[in-house]
Amino acid sequence: MSIAGLRDNDGRKSALNVHALRADAQRESLGLLALLSPGLVLVFAVIIVPIGWLFWLSLFDEAGQLSAANYARFFEQASYIKTFVTTFKVAFVVTGACVLFGYPLACMLSQLPRRAASICLIFVILPFWTSVLVRTYAWLVILQRKGLINSWLIDLGVISQPLPLANNFAGVVIGMTHIMLPFLVLPLYASMKTIDVDCLRAGMNLGASPAATFRQIFFPLSLPGLASGVVIVFVLCLGFFVTPALMGGGKVIMWAMRMEQTTSLYSNWGAGAALGVVLLGVTLALLGLFQRLLGARATGVWSQR
Amino acid sequence: MSMENSLPISHRQRLWLYALGGLVMLFLIAPSVIIVIMSFSGSTLLEFPPQEWSLRWYESYFGSVEWRDATIVSVKVAVMTAIVATPLGTAAAYAINVGTLRLTGAINALLTASLIIPVILIGIGTFFLYARIGLNNTLTGLVIAHTVQALPLVVLTVLSGLRSYDMNQEKVARNLGAGRFSAFFQVTMPQISFSIVSGALFAFITSFDEVVVSLFISGGETTTLTRRMFNALRDQIDPTIAAISTCLIVLSIVLLSAAQLFGRER
Amino acid sequence: MLLSLAQSALPIGISGVEKRFGGVSVLHDLSLDVAAGEFLTLLGPSGSGKTTLLMILAGFVRANAGSIKVGGEEIITMPPHKRNIGMVFQNYALFPHMNVFHNIAFPLKQRRVSAAETAERVERALDLVQLKGLGERRVDQLSGGQRQRVALARVIVFEPRIVLMDEPLSALDKSLREHMQIELRNLHRRLGMTTVYVTHDQREAITMSDRVAVMNAGRIEQIDQPEALYARPTTKFVAGFIGESSFIPVECRNDSVWYEDRKLRMAAAAPSAGRHLMVVRPEKLRVIDGVEQAGDVNALPAIVGDVIYQGDSFVCYATLKDGRQVTLRDYCRSDVLAKLPAPGEPITLGIDAQDVVLVADQ
Repeated sequence: MSIAGLRDNDGRKSALNVHALRADAQRESLGLLALLSPGLVLVFAVIIVPIGWLFWLSLFDEAGQLSAANYARFFEQASYIKTFVTTFKVAFVVTGACVLFGYPLACMLSQLPRRAASICLIFVILPFWTSVLVRTYAWLVILQRKGLINSWLIDLGVISQPLPLANNFAGVVIGMTHIMLPFLVLPLYASMKTIDVDCLRAGMNLGASPAATFRQIFFPLSLPGLASGVVIVFVLCLGFFVTPALMGGGKVIMWAMRMEQTTSLYSNWGAGAALGVVLLGVTLALLGLFQRLLGARATGVWSQR
Repeated sequence: MSMENSLPISHRQRLWLYALGGLVMLFLIAPSVIIVIMSFSGSTLLEFPPQEWSLRWYESYFGSVEWRDATIVSVKVAVMTAIVATPLGTAAAYAINVGTLRLTGAINALLTASLIIPVILIGIGTFFLYARIGLNNTLTGLVIAHTVQALPLVVLTVLSGLRSYDMNQEKVARNLGAGRFSAFFQVTMPQISFSIVSGALFAFITSFDEVVVSLFISGGETTTLTRRMFNALRDQIDPTIAAISTCLIVLSIVLLSAAQLFGRER
Repeated sequence: MLLSLAQSALPIGISGVEKRFGGVSVLHDLSLDVAAGEFLTLLGPSGSGKTTLLMILAGFVRANAGSIKVGGEEIITMPPHKRNIGMVFQNYALFPHMNVFHNIAFPLKQRRVSAAETAERVERALDLVQLKGLGERRVDQLSGGQRQRVALARVIVFEPRIVLMDEPLSALDKSLREHMQIELRNLHRRLGMTTVYVTHDQREAITMSDRVAVMNAGRIEQIDQPEALYARPTTKFVAGFIGESSFIPVECRNDSVWYEDRKLRMAAAAPSAGRHLMVVRPEKLRVIDGVEQAGDVNALPAIVGDVIYQGDSFVCYATLKDGRQVTLRDYCRSDVLAKLPAPGEPITLGIDAQDVVLVADQ
């Protein structure tokens, strides 16, 4: 009955002021768009246009012929394959290390009283806002052949020859873990803070031991935060440049370094662009997959302080 | 410890967790501390703890024309970036927060693109674009590139401020006779000023610490501090960089505490 | 002059207002006239569209179609700050970065009123809401009731053509709320501004309003004076929403109304033929003896279920022959208590012919 009545109303009535109201709504939308446009135009001009341009370039070989040569090279040349393998290896190891170190830290922060937690949080946030270059330099100083660790260990008589800690895979992983850790801890901590303590109390009240409560209640509830941290760390690792370039000693060539070499050193824009396109594709695919699976945005880490 | 977040597990039972967490915190903070201490070393050898103390690396930093010029370039660019990115980001955040626009998802994605797209790709792309329009090695080019990098941080920071702000207040102001702009400046802005100032500080730090894009698009007279540091580190480990690093760490601390203090006062 | 709102009070003519959010229609072709100086309440459950209508009046929500005329002037596309319509928000939305004085002076500042006049008018507004001397207070130093008054003063100080209030008392505790209801009512009597008030509290609506418009699912179900609304609801929704009611199905044949095989005695004219519901208010029912069954009383045989003592009154749940439950309420006077029915006892319930109200069976 009510549906029939509704249809009747809509059909019969010549609605008042519809055009004026629509024009008013459009005026408001245009006003809001005007507020957005300077930012959007800048981003479009500086990010989207050049990337589109590079994508276009990647479709042509060095003779200017349309070809897939720039992409085929990835499967044919061993050096490229090695780069990809290295990149994913570093990304996996760094992400794993971040989980290993980050989870207990986030866990501790979430259990501490408010004041203590905010003090401890400084230890995460300060490095987060310290230049990547500064932190990489610090690790170079600490890890190099004549660096702190080696000289201490030699002084203590533990070793006689310096350990190779910098300018190799280990150095890259240590440096990058330090840089990525806050990206994992911050979203993880935020999600752990939202876990209702009553859930844990209820678990214990129902007879679960502290360990069982953690395993069956706390851990599953912290998984979405962990997942968003893992994805952002992994994705950032794939495209990371500064630390591997400075701490890899020329032996650990990661994806981004390969891009820099191809374009700056060999001026092969097509090949460099193709690398960039694939990197972007992998990054977006991972983020998209993550968003589809968990419905969360990975950029959340930047809106926390 | 308040009753609200206490569980029937004593701190003693969690001792191992605290120990582990403490070690990770040490791992996070130790490099900065070591660098700060070593910057006061009197020796060219990187030894820790230093045998003798001096300010020679600071003298070498401030005494070098090259380092000084690079620092001035970085400061100029960072200040300009904060000045440009803050109003742009605030305006965009406001428009997004109203939420009546279609395609908000796409707009958000575009504005925050520079957080997700690998920086190396942005660097190469920007260099490529600037080469065509003559913006490489210019302050303008640097400011534009850094603004794009800083914009998402300003947008996200201001947006989170707006989300925790009671928009009814702006409605009341408009109801009481203030136009939209006037209502924003009289009522909304004073109350989200913490977020706006934080956004500006983040924009400043983002620009000041930016390495990869600057590596491609800055050079000659507009070489930024980070670019010069990067190149210096590729060659050798010059202790002057410890002094510069200490200055950068102090800058981060100062800016972060400024943001915190500003927030507490409100 | 602050005390002369009555002269500037204007009527509101709302016609054909439609609002859809996404694909969902929240207001259907809504029309409503508010007389100049009237206190009209929009009453309804959450989601009935009452707040949306208020927001459309204030200009914060844009209708998809319709017309709103204030004193004959079309305002539907006018921006909020030009409407001269004051609105009190549910959470008051006082500006925390301004003191009480500057909050109240805000609308005057927008209208470029001179400093001297501003001071005078703010002072008078403060006086009117009984907050004299609190101008320098910070907003966070005020109690809930005081905030409410500041929000009110901030609106009446600029002598708006119309005042809108969105559940302004819902954040206050019960006794303060009842006190403020009377105060608001008196303020309205004194200033005479056209007022549209939104609430989901039927008692508040009945206490304060000249007329009440009961809204449900984006339509106005009934609009009437409070007494009429209670005594003569026209739809089942209104009868159920305002006060308590039991519904007894009846049928109308040959110009008379039947409950099962009994012909109902009623004062009003019989409605159209077909099925209807009789609205039975708990206080309109009473226990009657066989003697009383003649005259203008309808007798309904029933079995007593629970009898619940509530201090000043008691409630008796009884089951009619068809298994339907009705509620009876009466005060605990000694004569009533003497005849208090016991659970399980068969009784006859009576309802006067003049109290019989029928609504359509939906």
